[in-house]
Amino acid sequence: MLPQAARIVETQRENANTRTFVFDAHWRARPGQFLMAWLPRFDEKPFSLVDDDPVTITVAAVGPFTRLLHRLEPGDRVWLRGPLGRGFRPEGQRMLLVGGGYGSAPLDFLARRAKNAAITAVIGARTAADLLFVERLARSGADVQVTTEDGSAGEKGLVTAVVEPLLARGGFDALYACGPHGMLAALEALARRHRVPAQLSWEAYMRCGLGLCGSCEHQGRVLCLEGPVLSFNNCSSRGRSFTRHV
Amino acid sequence: MPLLTPFLHLTLPSPIVLASGIWGTSAALLARAAAAGCGAVTSKSAGPEPRRGHVNPTCIDWGAGLLNAIGLPNPGATHEVDILREAKAELAHTGAALIASFFADTVENFGRVAAILAQAQPDLLEANISCPNVHSEFGEPFAATAQSAAAVTRAVKQAVPHIPLIVKLAPDTPNIGRIAAAVVDAGADAICAINTMPGMLIDVESGQPILHNRRGGVSGPALFPIALRCVYEIHQAVPNTPIIGTGGVTTGKDAAAMLMAGATAVGVGSAIHYRGPDALTLIRDELAAWLDSHGHDSPAAIHALAHREPRYDLHPTPAPIPK
Ligand SMILES: Cc1cc2nc3c(=O)[nH]c(=O)nc-3n(C[C@H](O)[C@H](O)[C@H](O)COP(=O)(O)OP(=O)(O)OC[C@H]3O[C@@H](n4cnc5c(N)ncnc54)[C@H](O)[C@@H]3O)c2cc1C
Ligand SMILES: Cc1cc2nc3c(=O)[nH]c(=O)nc-3n(C[C@H](O)[C@H](O)[C@H](O)COP(=O)(O)O)c2cc1C
Ligand code: FES
Repeated sequence: MLPQAARIVETQRENANTRTFVFDAHWRARPGQFLMAWLPRFDEKPFSLVDDDPVTITVAAVGPFTRLLHRLEPGDRVWLRGPLGRGFRPEGQRMLLVGGGYGSAPLDFLARRAKNAAITAVIGARTAADLLFVERLARSGADVQVTTEDGSAGEKGLVTAVVEPLLARGGFDALYACGPHGMLAALEALARRHRVPAQLSWEAYMRCGLGLCGSCEHQGRVLCLEGPVLSFNNCSSRGRSFTRHV
Repeated sequence: MPLLTPFLHLTLPSPIVLASGIWGTSAALLARAAAAGCGAVTSKSAGPEPRRGHVNPTCIDWGAGLLNAIGLPNPGATHEVDILREAKAELAHTGAALIASFFADTVENFGRVAAILAQAQPDLLEANISCPNVHSEFGEPFAATAQSAAAVTRAVKQAVPHIPLIVKLAPDTPNIGRIAAAVVDAGADAICAINTMPGMLIDVESGQPILHNRRGGVSGPALFPIALRCVYEIHQAVPNTPIIGTGGVTTGKDAAAMLMAGATAVGVGSAIHYRGPDALTLIRDELAAWLDSHGHDSPAAIHALAHREPRYDLHPTPAPIPK
């Protein structure tokens, strides 16, 4: 698939360094799938879909490409390739969503897709100013709990401090998470201990986006094609069995 | 249907070979390719120093094929030794051979890098003298002339005489048979053909080349007839040298055609994009089924078949026309 030119129709400020971009493109995608955004002669980078119709992404300004994106306005063009990868599959009636940093971006898309499920969302960030999508998730019907590392909002500490007792109490059919590696590794361990199936969205350095170059390898899988969401079902007898799905 | 494939001193469990630069960045992925049915797996080309590779976009599917300029990102030869050692250990139980691919900026450095990688004791070395995507830094690929291709071959054979050497050739040369003859004459034990064909894509909305490197290499289905022609010509030039025929192989029948053109083994890369991660297994199984259904008992049975022309029996002469 060649990159398709799309125009920005709307931008929204989400927090101090995060903006949402809505494009005049209309796709069909799963939450957790991503796109590659290209600015000719500059760079091309991966971003999770926040919506597919219209195509929407939420971008934290962390370096040259994302800072340049933040300077674009409605009417400007960005070239998009997608949807790429395998996303979340809403399963079960009681879902626990956990997001760290801009990892909460695809979770609201998931919450909106999982129409009839009871959703609890735990959103973590460094400070209150870095929290993302807390209101959006609440509007999508989720019961939202917040943690910050400095205690400036919600519970002080990491998301795992809130997730652990929730899982221990039981009552969740599956855990869905997106965020930094350390957070996902900790959640993976918790999910295994409490025997809850989990779908985790891992981030990796993307080059080809076609499953070939090996740059995005994680646990023997190429995440651009077979991820970014990897799932495991703790109920299966094989323990470390990752199942693939669209 | 046994697919055992004699290749130099080795017997590969199947003629399918994972091409360099596809999945070859980690021991886990190399082992996965072997488990999926490869008789040999090739690591990502490593160079003298660590490289970051090119800025994105680095690889694009344009319909009839792919265009890539990944730019040879790699951890450098010294660190690559660790990856190769780990891969070798993981491959041990599969019977698949490990091919260590490498490149360098000078003839001398080809020898130096080969000597470093040899510490990991790969089964085979593959000199990538044909990457089309690092022109601006390295100048013309060494595969462009018989002299430079032979010079690299000699340097590597001198540095590492004890590990058989595959030399990987480029399609964009007026006479690939002549280059093949030159590297075999210089000591190459086998040929891998071909690397990607230089190309470009332009986005008409922006008027800009899509790849950040502007130019890249064509692979996938569009490359297939070019690869077949190259392998055919190389086999004509060096009929006793084994060839890994690579370029656009996507099905078992493509693999059969590659063997018929003169290949002993068949490299597969881009097919993983076209058919998914199971491509290697699918191609191997389709080849086995095709051989079986046509009464052939091994891949070797159809080796270079296309070089033998059928003979038509024009006798008996037609009956004389009655008066
Ligand atoms: C599947 C996936 C989904 C993502 N979704 C989002 C999202 O919804 N919102 C968001 O703000 N960010 C997202 N990211 C991260 C985003 O791609 C990076 O923040 C962005 O590439 C940074 O580019 P830069 O030039 O601004 O900064 P740089 O200075 O180039 O990089 C900053 C950091 O971003 C990461 N990064 C840089 N290049 C890449 C690359 N090619 N592939 C992956 N990571 C890279 C690295 O960790 C790096 O340290 C996602 C990444 C992946 C892999
Ligand atoms: C993404 C990508 C990366 C590649 N990297 C390398 C490399 O590092 N070294 C090399 O010798 N060839 C490299 N190649 C070329 C392949 O090994 C192969 O020769 C070529 O792609 C043709 O085969 P295919 O059509 O089956 O992909 C690369 C090809 C692709 C598509
Ligand atoms: S980015 Fe190349 S394999 Fe995933």
